[in-house]
Amino acid sequence: MSAVTTENTAPTGSAPTETVQHGNKAHSDGGWDATQKGFIPVQTRSGRFKSTDPTEFPSVTGIEAEWKLSPVKLFRPLIDDALDGSTYEFSATDAAGATVEWVDRTDSRIGSTGTPEEKASANAWSTFDRALAITVTSDEHVDLTVARSALGSAARAGHTLVIAKPNSRATVVLQNSGSALLSENVEIIVEEGAQLTLVSVQEWDADAVHLASHFATVGRDARLKHIIVSLGGKVVRVNPSTHLISSGAEAELFGLYFADAGQHLEQRVYVEHVAEHTRSRVNYKGALNGDGAHTVWVGDVLIGPKAAGTDTYEQNRNLVLSEGTRADSIPNLEIETGDILGAGHASATGRFDDEQLFYLQARGITEREARRLVVLGFLSEIVQKVDAGALRDRLKIAIEAELAGVAA
Amino acid sequence: MATLEIRDLKVSVETDQGTKHILKGVDLSIEQGSIHAIMGPNGSGKSTLAYTIAGHPKYHVEGGSILLDGQDVLAMTVDARARAGLFLAMQYPVEIPGVTVTNFLRTAKTAIDGTAPAIRGWGKEVRESMEALRMDSTFAERNVNEGFSGGEKKRHEILQLELLKPKFAILDETDSGLDVDALKVVSEGVNRAHANSGLGVLLITHYTRILRYIHPDFVHVFVDGRIAEEGGPELADRLEDEGYDRYTGQAELNGTSVG
Repeated sequence: MSAVTTENTAPTGSAPTETVQHGNKAHSDGGWDATQKGFIPVQTRSGRFKSTDPTEFPSVTGIEAEWKLSPVKLFRPLIDDALDGSTYEFSATDAAGATVEWVDRTDSRIGSTGTPEEKASANAWSTFDRALAITVTSDEHVDLTVARSALGSAARAGHTLVIAKPNSRATVVLQNSGSALLSENVEIIVEEGAQLTLVSVQEWDADAVHLASHFATVGRDARLKHIIVSLGGKVVRVNPSTHLISSGAEAELFGLYFADAGQHLEQRVYVEHVAEHTRSRVNYKGALNGDGAHTVWVGDVLIGPKAAGTDTYEQNRNLVLSEGTRADSIPNLEIETGDILGAGHASATGRFDDEQLFYLQARGITEREARRLVVLGFLSEIVQKVDAGALRDRLKIAIEAELAGVAA
Repeated sequence: MATLEIRDLKVSVETDQGTKHILKGVDLSIEQGSIHAIMGPNGSGKSTLAYTIAGHPKYHVEGGSILLDGQDVLAMTVDARARAGLFLAMQYPVEIPGVTVTNFLRTAKTAIDGTAPAIRGWGKEVRESMEALRMDSTFAERNVNEGFSGGEKKRHEILQLELLKPKFAILDETDSGLDVDALKVVSEGVNRAHANSGLGVLLITHYTRILRYIHPDFVHVFVDGRIAEEGGPELADRLEDEGYDRYTGQAELNGTSVG
């Protein structure tokens, strides 16, 4: 993709002027100029206020860093109103070595992975009645899909636990469709030596609003592959926080989103390297098409003081297919120990690469088909990460359907 | 037999320094089945000619015409030119992430023929062409040009040439950056396509090296946006001995006398 980059050009002319080094300009979102502006930068990512009680959070105005890129007025009830915390209808595929059941909110595992950092998350946490617990025990690979499609349009709360027992192997797909006005928390516990792929697919109806906070802990020599696919819904905001809490823990966090006209798709990714010799990879790719299509990606990586030997890289790529879209992409990296293997990030948002289109057209492929191929190719890097074959094929079809709306 | 006719072609590009006139009246006629070499120093406009025939939007045609069997090529879109039987083997093919060679070849073949190739016969044809070009079978599942070496990119261009069976192929410095083994393999591919489908070839090169393996019927020397001299294969031998100094000196002289 042709990246949109900001370049500083040195002023021309004979008068001696200050030369500006390429790339030496402060990030627009980095707060590098904080001292000049007379304010103290925000506290380290792990130091944010947390509570399960929504009344402990101040009223949301919509200009907070947490909310300023989101259409708050479209989901006020999820922040301020009482939510329906009752259980809902779901379907689960049969899988030996995995169970799906409602558990009481006093279950000891609830709250073990994290605590809400914003008011809508806390609102859901304080009101859910029972939590849906998905537990994987099999050391043979298990495929499990849990689907819900009848949440209705009344404001409701949800809480899900996904537990991968020590040395278990599973791919768990959370499939979302139908209408929804939902705020929920999803806790993911990957125990020692377990390998869990969790795919959360948002194919909601066009009017649905879905706010989700995912909290994950990854244990010793365990691996989490976490994939978000957001295609349908008016507002979908899925924020995964992953804590690599023991040596050898690894997380791969992937995301795929396609925003159409008037659609808001947001993901705020947080990876905390707590223990030494932990590894993370973050790769989110999105396409935007149509007036008012808006995507937000924030990627925070914190390498804690004890996380020696950390290896991390995060990136976000957006492909803009029409006028009138907006893609926010904000990578942040905090490093509290110097003894790491590697840490980096990248972000690029761009239109079609004309040379790619020329190459394909020079082989007889029409412009429309060439664009389709380029977008599919761009997004397929993430689709290929989905190791459930049937879902992978279905996602390809779903992306093709999204592309049908793209003008040639 | 089809003919590709270029008449008084004048082409410019926009640069930071303003409009730059590159082709200053090119006349060239190629019969299907014949091999023409266009040779010339760097910056003489050889690649501009190649990309203008293919229809790259960067190049503005200021005057002249390109006709393929009497059809106005300049009025066609890039993809229509390819479907009409023109093929450009590019010097710097771009990567297409996430699109496999298999998918790309099938899509292109379907576009050129107007109908999808029969699955079994096509798979065999692709495999055989790849073997002939000494391409590993894993190549088919890689993304187009992604992580390809220089030589792999050129083989992939010639693979497309063999499979898409155009009437005319323009090879834009296909020989550049190839070691002698790769050069032989690529040349054999071009010669096969020429023998099998009566391909007309416009071979653009800076060096005479590739002409040891692909034998031209005609040689055109390109200098400063024009054809400065034309002849048979013997002209290439002379260039090998003398280089381009004679022509570039002449161009400078012309420039002085005009200015």
